[in-house]
Amino acid sequence: MRTKHLLSAADLTAGEITRVLDTAAHLAKVTDRAIKKLPTLRGRTVCNLFFEDSTRTRISFELAAKRLSADVINFSAKGSSVSKGESLKDTAITLEAMGVDAIVIRHGASGAPWRLAEWVRAVVVNAGDGTHEHPTQALLDLYTMRQRFPSFEGLRVAIVGDVLHSRVARSNVLALTTMGAEVTLVAPPTLLPARVETWGAAVSYDLDAVLPKQDVVMMLRVQLERQRAGFFPSMREYARLYGLDARRLDAMADHAIVMHPGPMNRGVEIAADVADSLERSVIADQVANGISVRMALLYLLLGGPEVMA
Amino acid sequence: MSKRTLLRAGRLVDPASGHDGVADVLLDGAVVAEVGPGLEAAGAKEVDCGGLVVCPGFVDLHVHLREPGREDAETIETGSRAAALGGYTAVCPMPNTDPVADNAGVVEMVAARGREVGLVDVFPVGAVTLGQRGVELAELGAMARSAAGVDCFSDDGHPIREARLLRLALEYARAFDAVVADHAEDASLTDGAQMHEGEVSAMLGLAGWPAAAEEMVVARDLLLAELTGGRLHLCHLSTGGAVELVRAAKARGVRVTAEAAPHHFTLTDDAVRSYDPVFKVNPPLREKADVEAVRQGLADGTIDAVATDHAPHAREDKEVEWSAAPPGMLGLQTALGLALAELVGPGYLELPAAIERLTAGPARCRRLPGHGGPVTPGAPANLTVLDPAAHWTVDRARLASRARNTPFHGRELTGRVVHTLLRGAFTVRDGEAQR
Repeated sequence: MRTKHLLSAADLTAGEITRVLDTAAHLAKVTDRAIKKLPTLRGRTVCNLFFEDSTRTRISFELAAKRLSADVINFSAKGSSVSKGESLKDTAITLEAMGVDAIVIRHGASGAPWRLAEWVRAVVVNAGDGTHEHPTQALLDLYTMRQRFPSFEGLRVAIVGDVLHSRVARSNVLALTTMGAEVTLVAPPTLLPARVETWGAAVSYDLDAVLPKQDVVMMLRVQLERQRAGFFPSMREYARLYGLDARRLDAMADHAIVMHPGPMNRGVEIAADVADSLERSVIADQVANGISVRMALLYLLLGGPEVMA
Repeated sequence: MSKRTLLRAGRLVDPASGHDGVADVLLDGAVVAEVGPGLEAAGAKEVDCGGLVVCPGFVDLHVHLREPGREDAETIETGSRAAALGGYTAVCPMPNTDPVADNAGVVEMVAARGREVGLVDVFPVGAVTLGQRGVELAELGAMARSAAGVDCFSDDGHPIREARLLRLALEYARAFDAVVADHAEDASLTDGAQMHEGEVSAMLGLAGWPAAAEEMVVARDLLLAELTGGRLHLCHLSTGGAVELVRAAKARGVRVTAEAAPHHFTLTDDAVRSYDPVFKVNPPLREKADVEAVRQGLADGTIDAVATDHAPHAREDKEVEWSAAPPGMLGLQTALGLALAELVGPGYLELPAAIERLTAGPARCRRLPGHGGPVTPGAPANLTVLDPAAHWTVDRARLASRARNTPFHGRELTGRVVHTLLRGAFTVRDGEAQR
């Protein structure tokens, strides 16, 4: 990997993304064994530095690091000195002094991992920053797509919902366009970023018009606070226009799959019977794949050339 | 006989009189005694200015000196020193201090402290509304009639939301022939905004501050200036649309003046990609076309003045996540170098015009007796001598400000202040502050 840290999905070339996915596939076999551990990162320390609650992402990273035999520290902002007003910089200096090798950071402020990377020698992995990016989510999403489709070239992926505030959307658009997929963003105009036309993705306000042509439909979580801020009139209207229900599922191609980064608002952006559809929904696969992909990343970022040799 | 100094053989650029040519300038004590070629001045101390430019001391309409309240970031003393080193002889600190400069006591304290330091003339700007809260007018009369003689009021940093209140301020200030300087920002469009809204903000996941939020308030302010006949000054124009609105208003005779900051004719929102809050400023860094428009506005005089919006912040306040950092950047010591590099170098303005925007231009926006030229016999000797060809590299550790938040650290600039004189006394000599 050319990059020292994984801050943005844009840090990775197509070749590197493929390498991460291939490595993840290889490591996935480990999780099928009775003893799910590799000695690769023995003696290395990974810190999960979470300033926002995200139990699922933290557990996924924790399992990934532990399966590679790394020592794992969980540093949650709640109940730590951060809640007493310690700055991100002081936290960084503290972790650095403790000799941490990698820091997995989740933070509510866009760009916080970039700041952290300036202050530490450790490898920094962005586990979600504000309304910006969530590159490991994009990689696990690509991994999940690759399990179903032979190639990303020309793969049609619709990303539906609150693109404006979604770190999942940004990272996926970057990674998918790098891999040659055809991305369509579907949202009400108020939830699309300024100059979204420069993103290299198609844009539509009409979910029904887009659905039949897609191989992958990725639903984004919509938050009640966005409705309160006036981005759309009501949750009910949102669900009616942009929610994926059984009727819309029927309009999709037979081979098309449904994805969601979780946590889901059942009945809003995704109906329960769609989320639980055994034929179409790969949402549980996404969770399982998250561990393998994060193992691959830690392995490639921390293992260095001596491990890959 | 008072002390006489002869500034020998410099290129005197004096926009207020239109003079541009080699001349000697003889100072007698605090005032200019004589201007002309080959002056005889027996007994005067000669300062060789060959190859250098002699001009009126620079005037900064917009600085934050942080005193009282945030003396850990800047004081009137450290800010005055930075100003003198930047070639300034007059600065106008904004009222967003703690306590707010919304009464005679605070503005008098700021002015008195400025006099005590004695490195530049400090002309405090008073708040338009009590506590800059935008609810009720502050006692503009008390500040105008105070020892500080305030002739400019602004709620800088806090745009005046209510059109009615701004209307009243513009009208009321006429009683003192004072200027109301507005920070043009529609707060309902910038709630939570972190940077300019555009392609970069969208990619960075930072809430955007659209150009329209500035332009609609500029338009409103211009209409109110027209309605009231009051004197309006627009702070730090940053968008092409804002420049165009002012251009059109001036063409139809509205009493308006405007300023632009060096960072707005130098940097674009591209710099934010680093997420380093040293690039966070309000109004935000805009796009290439806006930078171009600001340069054009300065070139054709739509924008009267370069004003730095010098805004020191303590290190711990900037060494944080982007969204947690306050906006603002240092400017006093880099304004000249940037004006030469970004305005004169590429040919937007000739050197005399650039100097005009740093001297006579800003002086015209307010009543700042003795500043901005002309450099004529009897005038106070507030002068700057600069070397337009000298190269230097910005080193934040060596700036005179207490704070370090310059976005230009490491940048090579051409054009350096050699001497600054305030009423005939060197505040800076050979690039060194004299106090």
